[in-house]
Amino acid sequence: MYEFAYHRPASLAEAKTKHGGDDDRRYLAGGMTLLPTLKHRLARPTDLVDLARIGELAGISVAGNTVSIGAMTKHAAVAASAEVAKAIPALAHLASLIGDRQVRNRGTIGGSVANNDPAADYPAALLGLGATVHTDKRSIAADDFFQGMFATALEPGELITKISFPVPQKAAYQKFPNPASRYAMVGVFVAVTGGGPRVAVTGAGANGVFRVTAMEEALKGGWSADRLKGIAVPADGLNSDIHASAEYRAHLIGVMARRAVAAAG
Amino acid sequence: MAKHHVTTTINGESVEFLCDTRQTLLDVLRDELELTGSKEGCASGDCGACSVLVDGRLVCSCLVLGVEAEGKSIETIEGMAKGDKLHPLQQKFLEHAALQCGICTPGFLVAAKALLDSNPNPTETEVRYWLAGNLCRCTGYDKIIRAVLDAAAEMRGETHG
Repeated sequence: MYEFAYHRPASLAEAKTKHGGDDDRRYLAGGMTLLPTLKHRLARPTDLVDLARIGELAGISVAGNTVSIGAMTKHAAVAASAEVAKAIPALAHLASLIGDRQVRNRGTIGGSVANNDPAADYPAALLGLGATVHTDKRSIAADDFFQGMFATALEPGELITKISFPVPQKAAYQKFPNPASRYAMVGVFVAVTGGGPRVAVTGAGANGVFRVTAMEEALKGGWSADRLKGIAVPADGLNSDIHASAEYRAHLIGVMARRAVAAAG
Repeated sequence: MAKHHVTTTINGESVEFLCDTRQTLLDVLRDELELTGSKEGCASGDCGACSVLVDGRLVCSCLVLGVEAEGKSIETIEGMAKGDKLHPLQQKFLEHAALQCGICTPGFLVAAKALLDSNPNPTETEVRYWLAGNLCRCTGYDKIIRAVLDAAAEMRGETHG
């Protein structure tokens, strides 16, 4: 690691002041990606602004048809939440599949979403449920938030405060994990929301999470895994690496989507 | 750059230390406090050899900054045995030969203790799932899983055949 200064603000306002919109300063959430990045000297921030002691950024609440999860809420808390399990069981299930116990005890939903790793799980839930990302400045629809690999609509210094999820009629997440890292080689989140069926894919796209509109159209005719048979997702634009070729990932999207539709019931 | 003064509780005792912002909690434990039981394997949160509890939660100490430990309660492998009396998990690891080189062992023991503290009667699947963040490259996992299940049975007061 290169040298950096460390700040531990107690409030959102203080965190904003410490960061000051300076691109060389970084917020520290769970650190599950940022700390390895610092160790590998892939990033050289002058300052880290630790968000861990800001109480207003953590916590889960359910009001009406909306589940709100504070940005600093740990994956383990979402996985163990009776409220989330009751309102959106697929979301609690997804959180339980992230990494391993040590990661789930430190990693946060805000950090995962802001990082937008192309193989992370949460982006699929946000896009699949049509969630809203709330920042200190504005609210951003998931459809507008994710803008490519590790790229989001966040401006320098803009801080995610919470994510709000509309409660769907039904939803499920199925993933084919890399057996070592537990990152998604392909993960598919399906849901029936007020706006109709949604199908979101993580782990596969070279530009990160994306929706499969052909599958969504097919599911408008009825919620059945059989309706997805024969819908081929092109391998163009999918990741190809030592774990799986683009063609294999394209195949897995179909398999995981059908399993997810069946699991949602 | 000025060092940070950090006040923590480690294995039940109040501990203060000075650290550079770049030192991880693992660096502090090993290099500043001479608690070398926690090991550095991968240094990137994959292997679990540096597992400790922070406020009762199992984490990789290689991905926690030393300065983040301010005000926290930390439990390490050094706090597991009571004097000369091994924790049942440690005893069962010996009896089942659940270790060879031993680098991963402190992490496995801390992780397994965290499991049994929250779930005294886990299934084999639950043990395997819980320990997914701890890697062993020589013993293999079967002996480790058997040792944890046997220790759990003993701690529940059951005789185990």
